[in-house]
Order: sequence, then structure tokens, then C-alpha cells
Amino acid sequence: MVGIVAFGAYVPRLRLNRQAVYDANKWFAAGLRGLAKGERSMANWDEDSITMAVEASRDCLTSHKAEDVRNIYFASTTHPFKDRQNAGVIGTALNVEQNLSATDIGGSLKAGTSALIAGLNASKDGAPSLVAAADKRMARVASSNELNYGDGAAALLCGTENVIAKLVGHHSVSMDFVDHFRGDESDFDYGWEERWIRDEGYSKIVPPAIKGALAACKIKGSDVTHFIMPSLMPAVPKQMAKICGIGEGAVRDLLGANLGDTGAAHALIMLVDALEAAKAGDKIMVVAFGQGVDILVFEVTAEKDKLPKRKGLSGWMARRKEEKNYLKFLAFNEMLPIEKGMRAEFDKKTALSVLWRKRDMIYGLVGGKCRVCGTAQFPRSQVCVNPNCHAIDSQDPYAMAGLECAVMSFTADSLVYSPDPPGYYGMITFAEGGRFMADFTDSDKEQVKVGAKMRMTFRIRDNDTMRGGFKRYFWKAAPV
Amino acid sequence: MARGIKDKVAILGMGCSKFGERWDSGAEELMLEAYKECLKDAGIDQNQLQAAWFSTAIDEVHVGKSGIPLSTTLRLPNIPVTHVENMCASGTEAFRGACYAVASGAADFALALGVEKLKDTGYGGLPGGRGGPLQALWNASGTAPGNFAQLATAYMTAHGVSGEDLKKAIGHVSWKSHQNGAKNPKAHLQKAVEMETILNAPMIASPLGLFDCCGVSDGAAAAIVTTPEIAKVMGKHDIVSVKALQLSVSNGSESGHNSWDGSYFHTTRIASKKAYEEAGIKSPRDEISMFEVHDCFSVTELVTMEDLHISETGKGWRDVLDGFYDADGKIPCQIDGGLKCFGHPIGASGLRMLYEMYLQIQGKAGPRQLKNPRIGMTHNLGGAPRENISSVAIVGRYE
Repeated sequence: MVGIVAFGAYVPRLRLNRQAVYDANKWFAAGLRGLAKGERSMANWDEDSITMAVEASRDCLTSHKAEDVRNIYFASTTHPFKDRQNAGVIGTALNVEQNLSATDIGGSLKAGTSALIAGLNASKDGAPSLVAAADKRMARVASSNELNYGDGAAALLCGTENVIAKLVGHHSVSMDFVDHFRGDESDFDYGWEERWIRDEGYSKIVPPAIKGALAACKIKGSDVTHFIMPSLMPAVPKQMAKICGIGEGAVRDLLGANLGDTGAAHALIMLVDALEAAKAGDKIMVVAFGQGVDILVFEVTAEKDKLPKRKGLSGWMARRKEEKNYLKFLAFNEMLPIEKGMRAEFDKKTALSVLWRKRDMIYGLVGGKCRVCGTAQFPRSQVCVNPNCHAIDSQDPYAMAGLECAVMSFTADSLVYSPDPPGYYGMITFAEGGRFMADFTDSDKEQVKVGAKMRMTFRIRDNDTMRGGFKRYFWKAAPV
Repeated sequence: MARGIKDKVAILGMGCSKFGERWDSGAEELMLEAYKECLKDAGIDQNQLQAAWFSTAIDEVHVGKSGIPLSTTLRLPNIPVTHVENMCASGTEAFRGACYAVASGAADFALALGVEKLKDTGYGGLPGGRGGPLQALWNASGTAPGNFAQLATAYMTAHGVSGEDLKKAIGHVSWKSHQNGAKNPKAHLQKAVEMETILNAPMIASPLGLFDCCGVSDGAAAAIVTTPEIAKVMGKHDIVSVKALQLSVSNGSESGHNSWDGSYFHTTRIASKKAYEEAGIKSPRDEISMFEVHDCFSVTELVTMEDLHISETGKGWRDVLDGFYDADGKIPCQIDGGLKCFGHPIGASGLRMLYEMYLQIQGKAGPRQLKNPRIGMTHNLGGAPRENISSVAIVGRYE
């Protein structure tokens, strides 16, 4: 029996206040007034779909061993690299490399569900597959998308052991219905009229597909306990459910009020939301629309209640900081030619040969542990750092990303270039040994103190725009 | 311990350029400014020089690599010129090379010259950089103030010093140096500053404010060394000889092992101890007449005075507030104004400090002249508290 064995999510800490966005843009787009309520998630400057997917994957793997994962599927319409396996970066960050098949899936808002179908099928023989979906969606200034979109990620582990939601069936149709597109030469979506999308798209394509899925799964519409269908038109999922005999009470909230639509990740984020609430026996239908439809049906099992606790969508949603500064949102998304100063000019060229040699250190935060004296250290080196040891060639790889750590010393630096000044950094010490000077992220004056507990998080360090946007990733410390 | 070089080397002459924002000068002009004074003071002909050591730290923003820039600028007689770089200890490192050449007998006259032209970068502060291609992938972003600010937070934590007390103490460090620098025509900043202004200055990297940071400036300094015997034959009086030169370099234990608490300079403790041994100094607090230490930041100076074993650990801030290191205190520190008033043209600073010691011991320090100083100690700290080079030099009257 294949199905979902664990879930995880990630939502950036910052939540952009929609009223603040509207207030800045109403001189130009007064018609957006109806959208000026609640908030949307907003990636920090050092977050992209890869970093968010890594965090969601770590959340998902709270209960499972990363090294058991055999396949990684990474769905997004905003993969940071066009030609470089994005899923592979996630694999290296999770310290899963050997015996791993990594696949990027994109090109449509239903990429998340397509990845989930692929993951479930790949896991039928028992090889666990990790499915991560994330989007950091760009939208034009003063557009409705800017208010409706959100940034976030979800991850699901597929397998055959201790399944918490077994796959009942899935069904897909593919039709080149272009409700919107984003060409190779643009950062932004271009969409057609909503009424046409509703009447000729959703209404004519989705119901037959749902009915096909219900028939294939041998269930009735009224059997569906949780109906998940992302859409920028909140009435549409309700209409689709009604047409297919699915109860109105089953239609899941679109999470628009305080998260926003997270693109390719959204169906899976809503699935995590549903799984958190679901009881054994519940039937969950996931519908994703985007040049066709993917539909998956799951049945929640008794194993769900045994799944160890994780942050999940609710936990990450609860970690929140309101952001009312719309200009900061624009600057973080490189949509404001802000004066960065000469300190931002230094060359960020990455020696790819060094990155390859040190990939476990840089992407996996793998240090060393001395077999002679037991000292943990970062980075791993050939000579033990312990002044009373200095043993040679004595260290085993030692993964540190998940370990508890605390601030030994820190500063808030107003001189260093940071896209979000002041730059916080300091010496981080690990309870089990090891330390290094680390950049901090998601940090405020109130939280950062000597002795404060921190958690390491995978983030963008630099973006080499001189060479087309090679993003350097490394680990930063964030307040717990 | 090795026998050391105590009294084997004498400073024959020294020179120091005016420090500051020398928009009028490149590194070459600065070198020559210091060198002309130095050569004249030494009283030898350039052709008598047999070896030279040349220090710069961020050579990519001015002279470039190798010994060629020095040799070409001064038109040296095709002698060996060694370019040295050891961060902020570079100047002392050049001096060490020249002294060792003389002490070994390899040269009778050796030149040490340090220069840094920092003000051609287009912005204030030191040029950034993250080391090699691996460091660029993981070293925390950061600036010198940010790294040394953490010394302050760790020091307060280790010794239970309140933020207010520390701020007052480091404020006094800067206040005292500005008082001294106001009397020095070669200093970059020659203005006394009110305590109020220091305490209320804008924050650079908390808790360090603007006046807790030394300036960024251009400058050069030089020394010609020989043996005391040759100096005497040349008819020199008031000979200043080298008593000790020591260096200690971090090996990663502070930055990578949890035994260090961030509140002190491990290397300075080691280098100063070795220097006292080499110089035969038993009680430094009683025997040393004056200091020029590495006050890149006010808190660096405060902590350094403990690590040089002058103030008790955790009590240095009290000595500072008691005026122990003021011009009229027990042991004046930064009598020339320090990095605080000279700024820090990196390759030159160590030699600039020795220049003041040399002037003071010879009684040539003008309005700053201390009464009868016999032993002077200089100190440089290159890098950051967690990983650094600490260099110390002790010079004194040759008797």
C-alpha cells in the first residue's frame, strides 16, 4: 500500500500587510481595494524556492531518516536554476546523495501534484520518495497577483511503511488551456480574462476530470471529507465541488487570508493543512489546475495519529512577523533600484571546483568529530582543533544542521552590506561541541542575545548577478 | 627558550609620513616621505643598505605584489627586497625581518618600510574581502567593527561588566587618545574630543560607536637598523635597541574549539609572555614606561592591556577609568594618539608605533615628550579576536 508517510511545510516569517501594499499603490490601482485585507507570506531576501523546499523537507523528515530517501522530486515554477538540478541541491543540503534519483518538475501550477503522483508511483516498491514543492512568485507592482500570491513550501514523504494517508487513486488530464503564462523573457505572469478562465476553463475541464477520478476510485462525491483545490477565484472550488456532489463543508480554505497562493506548492500546502486536521478514515481529494488537471484521492489511516509532532503548516504560520514596509518587499525582490553602496560590489564568483570538494560542508553543514578525543568541530579538518589533541586524520563526518546551538557573541553591524541592515552575525556554539562565526537571519534586536538558542537554516548567502545569478547557499542561524 | 635578539640590533634611523587622507599622494610618495626622513636620520648612504623588508596588507588597492614597488620607488641598489603581509601585524613583521637580518650577521644595514594607501577605494572603511574561494563560501559576512564588537559583548559577559560601565571605559580609551593626538602634527585627527560626543556618537556595530573605531588613512613609516656596535662607531648617542620581537598566530582553537569564551586575545597573552622573557622583563607593570598598542577599536586596547599582563584580567576597565593609561598616568598608552588619531594604514602601523617609541626614548617627542622613558612596548593585532596574529616589540635604551 503506497501513500504519504510524513508531511512538512515551510512559510517565511515575514507577512506582508496587504493594506500597506494597497496604500502605496492605490493612486494607480484603486480597483485593488477589495484585496486590501489580511496578509501574505513574504520570503526574506535570502530565501528562494530551494531554501524553502529544504526547510519543508527538514520539517517532513522530523520523523524519518533522510538517508533512506531514494527519490527527490522538486516542483516549482520558480526553480532558481534553469540548467542545474535544483532537486539535487536539496538532496545535498539534506545529506542525501548516494543512491538518489533527483528530478525537477515545473512548467505548470500543477507541478506540485504531478510531482506527488510521480513520487507515489516511484515508491510503490518501497523506496521512499520525498516530494517537495515551493514557489517564490514574482508579480508586477500594483497587480492583483502581488496581493494574492504568497511564498511557501510543502514536502511529503511517500512510501509503503506506516502510511498515514494511503493513495486511493489518481487521474490526470492535459489540455493546453492557457489561462496565464510566463515566457522565457519575463519574470511575471500574463493572464487572460477571469470570466473566460472560469467559464471555458475550470467549468468545462475540472468537473469531468473529478468525475473520472471518483469513478476510478470507486467513491462518490459525498464520500470526500476534504476537497482541496487552489484557485485565485475563491468561488470556483465551491462551484466545482457542488457540480461533482462534494459537500460544501468539505471544501478546504484556500489559506488566502494570511498566506496567499503559493503557486506550484499550494495544493500540497493545502494537503498538509488538511492532513494536520484529518482523522482516520477521512478521504482527501486534491485537485490542481494548470493546462489540465491532476487529481489525487487519499484515505487517512490510523497511523496518522502516531506520526511524531512537527512544526507543520500551523507551526510555521504561527512563527510570524508583520511587515508593513512595502518598499522592503520590493527591495527584497530586486524590484527597487536601491543604493546598495560600494560594499555590495565585491565579486561573488564561486569556484565550482571548491564547491564540489566541500559540498558536504557548505550545503550539508557537515563538520567533523574526532575519534581520538571526541571533539566535534566545524569545519572538518585533517588536524583536530582541540588544543589538547591535534590528532591527524582522526575525524568522521558529523552532521550539524539539526543540532542545538546558541549565541556566544554577536553584533548588529551597520557598516557591512546587508540587504536587510543591520547585519546580524556572531559566534554560534553547538551544545555537543563545535562553533563557527555565522550570519544570522530572521533576526530582531529583541531576539538576539548572548546565550539565545538558535537553529541553523539553509539560506542564500550571495547572488552572483555578474554571472547570470549563481546563488550561493550556506547555513545561517535563526532565533528559535 | 632561544637566546633571543635582545640588544643585538639598534635602530639607526626612523621616518614617518604625515598620516591622513592623503589625496595628494599615492603609496609611492608616502614611501618616499617616510624614507627620506629615515635615511637622513640614519646618516648613511642608500648604497650601504644591504637588505629591505617591505610591508603592505591590502596591496591590491595600491602598490600590487612583490618587493618591486619598494625597490623601484626608492631606486634601491638591486638588494634583496622581501614583501611581507601579516594583516595588521605587517609593519612589525617587516621590522622583524630587518632586525633578524642584522642580528644574524647577514646584513649590517637593513631597511624596513611599511605603507598603505587606503583612500583610493571610493568609500570609507577598509576594503572588504572574504579570503580565498573556500572562505567566500562560508565565512560570515562582517566588518572589522562587527568582529571586535563581539569582543565587547563577550568581555561584558565573562566579567559581569555592565554595558554602561564598559561604554564609559572604552569611551575613556578614545578620549585619552584624542587628547594625545591633538599634540601630534603627524596624526590624521588632531582634535581633542569631548566625552559627551564620544558616548553619543552613532552606532557602527553595537556596542561600538563611531569614536570607538579608528580612522582609515594613508601613511608610511620606515626604520633602518644596524648593530649597536656599528651605531656607536658611527658616533650615535642615545641608542635605541631592540629588546624583544615576538609573534603569536592563532591555530584555530579560538574559532573552532569551545574552550575560548571570546573575551580575550589568546595570542597576545602568549606573544607578550615570550617577549618579556626575551627582554628579561620580570614585572612589566613596573618596568615598561609606555605603550603603543593596537587600538583598532577602543575595546581592543582595553582588553589588550589585560592580555599584555599589565591590568588584571577583567579589571582593565577599572585601570582605564582610573587614568592609569592617560598621558599623566602610571603607564601612558598611545601617547602619539594611537590608531585612533593616526588611522590605520595597515602595512605602516607597526612601524609608526615604533617611531613614537624611538622619538620618546631619544627625548625628541616635542609637546608629547614623557619624562625619561626607558622601555617602550608596541603591539599589533591582525585579524579578528577569534583568529589573529599578535605581534609585540619591546625597544629601549641601549645601556
